[in-house]
Amino acid sequence: MRNAFADELTKMAREDERVVLLSGDIGNRLFDNLKKLDARRFFNCGVAEANMMGVAAGLALSGLRPFVYTITPFTTTRCFEQIRLDAAYHQAPVVIVGTGSGLSYADLGPTHHSLEDLAILRTLPNLRVIAPCDSTELRLALRAAFNEDVPVYIRIGKKGEPVIHPIAPEFRIGRSIVIRPGKDIGLLAAGTIMPEVVLAADLLAERGVSAEVVSFHTIKPLDTQYLEKVCTHFKLLATIEEHGRTGGLGSAVAEHLAPRPDAPKHILFGTPDEFMHEVGSQRYAREKYGLTAHHICDTVFDALKRY
Amino acid sequence: MITCIKPDSANAIADIESRARLLRARIIETSHKTSTPHLGSCLSCVDILAAMYFSVLRIDTAAPHSPTRDRFILSKGHGAPALFQVLAMRGFYSESLLDNYGKDGSVFAEHPPTPSYLPGVEAATGSLGHGLPLGIGMALAGRIQRRDYRVYALLSDGECNEGSVWEAAMFAAAQRIGNLCIFVDFNKWQATGRSEEVMALNPLAEKWTAFGWNAVEINGHDVGAILAAADRCSSNDKPTAIIAHTVKGKGASFMEDDNNWHYRIPTADEVIRAKQELGISE
Repeated sequence: MRNAFADELTKMAREDERVVLLSGDIGNRLFDNLKKLDARRFFNCGVAEANMMGVAAGLALSGLRPFVYTITPFTTTRCFEQIRLDAAYHQAPVVIVGTGSGLSYADLGPTHHSLEDLAILRTLPNLRVIAPCDSTELRLALRAAFNEDVPVYIRIGKKGEPVIHPIAPEFRIGRSIVIRPGKDIGLLAAGTIMPEVVLAADLLAERGVSAEVVSFHTIKPLDTQYLEKVCTHFKLLATIEEHGRTGGLGSAVAEHLAPRPDAPKHILFGTPDEFMHEVGSQRYAREKYGLTAHHICDTVFDALKRY
Repeated sequence: MITCIKPDSANAIADIESRARLLRARIIETSHKTSTPHLGSCLSCVDILAAMYFSVLRIDTAAPHSPTRDRFILSKGHGAPALFQVLAMRGFYSESLLDNYGKDGSVFAEHPPTPSYLPGVEAATGSLGHGLPLGIGMALAGRIQRRDYRVYALLSDGECNEGSVWEAAMFAAAQRIGNLCIFVDFNKWQATGRSEEVMALNPLAEKWTAFGWNAVEINGHDVGAILAAADRCSSNDKPTAIIAHTVKGKGASFMEDDNNWHYRIPTADEVIRAKQELGISE
């Protein structure tokens, strides 16, 4: 995904002189093509994320379209106040891109995990929050974000994520994408956990359950139109995200549906309220926290019997 | 049309000094009327604000968002009562608008609103340590877009406690941003103590020099010195820090260097006394 980011951003920089990239001292060689295109529009801002975010807002307030890129916790929670005040309060159209999100860097420890970013950032007025499920969605999200007049946060993985969209779908911020239609349950997922969700739908199909798989790529603003449909079409809904169960997509959907008398039952898949102290791969971490196709399938299947 | 009032005579300096006295009187009076604090912090930077807005800045009050304007960021946002007065005096909005100061629904709060809510304001500051990074972004934008404007920011000495200031200082030096100039309003106090004792601020000018900046020390109440220092910046590809030695509460003898005036509100009698000392009768 990070290669797709660099590639798409370079194309955008070629097409529009307002595109500027600020990197927090990561992506060695990743942005060589962009630097070759116009070195004046690439800034290695060093390991100083608070400054980087403020500089980006200053660029945005002067008519440019800065993209800020570093590892997710450092471009979100580390400099939250700069996002809140410099970008969101000023409505400065900064695009914040966090790489290695969720448990992508499970083996680096909780300093490099990001299981709170969606929760924290979606509290901010004016900010859009997006978690694309694959490189195709990321490329589309970057272009959509570029056309917004407000700041946008885009949460991405690292590299080698499976392709979900063989052909580019229609992409609009705040409009979910139905990847596979179904009638028994809605599986709403945000971000790079999507391959597990698609596989879970396959497993459910083998057991006679028709699951609708939806890329709920925009956590803010929520696709309330689709959530209307959820109320009339499904008796059970599941949200799946590589993020804490507190505050992310699941919480956002639950907040929206809470007042509805016809809201379906809702299972929230995500990580629990804890730091992961032991070492492990992303695969290990997903298994530990029940974020695998088999666990999703079993949990959903059992729940359907109850409701 | 973008204009810069040239300080080419003693008369020009006297005019700025006279405006500074009037601004001080208005700031003190407004503090009394609206119970707005940070009076000491406002009074220490009035001469800098008056010199910038009435001489240095190339700005057009009729086109406050002109892409080619010089930018001035009041990074010490708690000095907003001073900024609001100088922007009105410079003509960004009617001075009568300030009658709404502090009233429910007004944009005149203890800190500046965002630029779209009040012409002349460049950044909604108030949380310290934000103005310099924002200013760097604006200065770099000028470089990318090949515009020759300058960016100025006014920081407080207490603000230099913030780590983001020093992140920004190193970055600005690395980027060789010659069109960036800051003032540090070095009034030797922060909210609850001497700025040197709270965070070992000294030697302040040497710190900026060590971070790769041009650094110059001036008397921050000497209008001629402020104008000369502002005029000399952008002489090379280094950013410039003007360390302005000031007195907190400057202009009213009973407020000067007394940190109680960080939060105290003057009584009606104190307003009269201060105005007498300033020679303002309005």
